[in-house]
Amino acid sequence: MKTKVQNILLVGVGGQGILLASEVLSEVLMLSGHDVKKAEVHGMAQRGGSVVSHVRYGEKVYSPIIPEGEADILFGFELLESYRYLPLLKKEGQVVASDLQIVPPGVALGKESYPEDIPAKIKAAFPRSRIVNAMALAQQAGNMRTVNTVLLGALSNLMDIPEGAWNQAMHNRVPAKFLEENLKAFALGRQA
Amino acid sequence: MDKTILSGNEAFARGAFEAGVKVASAYPGTPSTEILENIAHHYPSIDSSWAPNEKVSLEVAIGASFGGARALCTMKHVGVNVAADPLFTLSYTGVRGGLVLIVADDPELHSSQNEQDSRHYARFAKVPMFEPSDSEEARAFTRLAFEASEQFDTPVMVRSTTRISHSKSIVYPQAPVEGLPAPSLARDPAKLVMLPGNARKRHYFVEERLAKMAEWSCAQAFNRIEKGKGDVGVITAGVAYQYAKEVLPEAHVLKIGLVHPLPKQLIRDFAARCKTLYVIEELDPFIEEQVRAMGIAVHGKDQLPICGELTPGRVAAGLLKKEIPQGHTPSETLPQRPPNMCPGCPHRGVFYQLNRLKAYVTGDIGCYTLGFMPPLSAMDTCVCMGASIGNATGISKVLPPEDQKKVVAVIGDSTFLHTGINGLIDMVYNGSTATVIILDNSTTGMTGRQDHPGTGYSLKGDPSYQVDLEALCRSVGVKHVYTIDPYGLEETRELIKREMERPETSVIITRRACMLHKRDLIQRKPPLFVDADKCTACKACLKLGCPAIKWNPSAGTKGQAEIDKLICVGCEVCMQVCKFGAFGVCDEN
Repeated sequence: MKTKVQNILLVGVGGQGILLASEVLSEVLMLSGHDVKKAEVHGMAQRGGSVVSHVRYGEKVYSPIIPEGEADILFGFELLESYRYLPLLKKEGQVVASDLQIVPPGVALGKESYPEDIPAKIKAAFPRSRIVNAMALAQQAGNMRTVNTVLLGALSNLMDIPEGAWNQAMHNRVPAKFLEENLKAFALGRQA
Repeated sequence: MDKTILSGNEAFARGAFEAGVKVASAYPGTPSTEILENIAHHYPSIDSSWAPNEKVSLEVAIGASFGGARALCTMKHVGVNVAADPLFTLSYTGVRGGLVLIVADDPELHSSQNEQDSRHYARFAKVPMFEPSDSEEARAFTRLAFEASEQFDTPVMVRSTTRISHSKSIVYPQAPVEGLPAPSLARDPAKLVMLPGNARKRHYFVEERLAKMAEWSCAQAFNRIEKGKGDVGVITAGVAYQYAKEVLPEAHVLKIGLVHPLPKQLIRDFAARCKTLYVIEELDPFIEEQVRAMGIAVHGKDQLPICGELTPGRVAAGLLKKEIPQGHTPSETLPQRPPNMCPGCPHRGVFYQLNRLKAYVTGDIGCYTLGFMPPLSAMDTCVCMGASIGNATGISKVLPPEDQKKVVAVIGDSTFLHTGINGLIDMVYNGSTATVIILDNSTTGMTGRQDHPGTGYSLKGDPSYQVDLEALCRSVGVKHVYTIDPYGLEETRELIKREMERPETSVIITRRACMLHKRDLIQRKPPLFVDADKCTACKACLKLGCPAIKWNPSAGTKGQAEIDKLICVGCEVCMQVCKFGAFGVCDEN
């Protein structure tokens, strides 16, 4: 029987490095022998805008975008954006998300309010979800900018991918002088 | 060669390299931009360059082809409107070296002013068109398109869409072709000089060429039948093929690689085997209408949307009447998160002042189109690249004199050189009194900070002649040309106000580099802070819409403004807006 295609939806705010994280993830998946497709939209001044990247893998992947309501994992880099894209997650799906909050313009202007208790709401709907204080762990790893690597570490727990493929992808993608702290950040995320 | 994972745009670049392309030219346009960037970055043997617009880029490629070299031109769908003039005649001349035009459509308008289906251009201009359905086909079809171009003496179009250009999938690179003829001068005016006597003869050639290609296409591997079970058949192409396989895994599929001219005999044979036939295609019923005209009954746009992109869910909802499944839906209304001008964006202050001056702003295509968004809310029209100046001239012609003064056209530096300059020539020539603001941030911001003839650098990063915008404006007859730093808020306002009053054409160049500029033109300055004792909660600073300024409703008695030090770049525009001196500069440490 064919292995079922797995779907990971990465969401966050433009400028957070989501596209780079999805690059690393796709590389990991290809290195571990899967067919993989990745789709996103860029080009417009997306800085500060809502950003979504689709990553799909399995024996044979057709559509580059995840069919609606079929995401297995919602991988969130910002809390409100993680909450916003819950409708795309399948009923038994799970969320791995950063607890970071970035205020959108309407909230900054005092015209709208940032929803309260998002972690609790996410966990109520998807009990297996994990909300990670990624920023604190990145600081612990020695550099705030490793925050996305911490999150990848947390994500890796939910995926059946050999640890060697993650290491290989990081060696391929991360500049040598930042490699050590990124490997540390990954390990911290994996333990989180 | 090892398999690798590439975006469609990276794969198009790879395909062009493998095909032995010598010259590549383009104007950046989402979602096509990265094709040329990848060529410049990875394949230095190709002479790649940015042209000021799509028409010029195609003309450059045509010249290279006439010299016997393989040439590539890339653009987004709306760019074909600009390049249509040379394209239609190129169809008649044909080529010497292979010539391929890759056009990237943007279904769903992720970042475009309209949705247009470029397949109509292929048919309209009588040019063959390939349509790949993933990155590997993007590579292979590009290579194939060059072969077909030379075999049939025709330019060849390749259609991409956002989900091809900006998706990644596994690609199997091949070694580049060898033994292509060296470029040379070869005169053939009967073929290349399209005056009526020659062109009349070439029109017959064009028609015969399409008929031959339609027949040829029926036996080629890029059109393939995938046998399924039962009696449902699907005719599809491009990314829609992937959605069809996802939603109807059992159906027989005729996957079309050459979408113009269609392989009619193959379609007839396939249709004869199926009881129910669907055409699944993105945007217009391009294949569907031609299949129906062959007397074959099909379903398509009666069940699938014409507007917007397809998704597996939309295909399933249309054909199988399956509801789009939803996980958990948040119960409250969530705040929107639209893209915004960056902290320190040099355009922000200009739009702030245009709003205060109640200007009627004709806008153009670029980051600054975001000046439309609240709270800046200072844009009244936006049509296409370069249109703002002509639009300003037109509306000035019909308004009463007191309203004419309110008309201000805004245009970016790259867009001005794209087609804005032509509008300015007309504006002066025909005596328009409107004011033009060239928002010069020294880059093509919106598509990802590309160079252009006004930046002084080429696509490959080599220093080049930098167009002198002031001298250019003067040379077309503008007597009043002023340059200002838009970070100086009051000076900017006074200048705009004065020039709006002037009953003559005037040009204001607001010059300040994009905050994300690739070269180190940006002076790093310490961030600002809000002095809580001085903030009176007047909210004037919030009218700038700067992402670094936040309203904290629970601070003080009436709430207070706060600055996010992590993203503030210290441009000090907010400092000038605050009447109470509440903004201060943080210590460097």
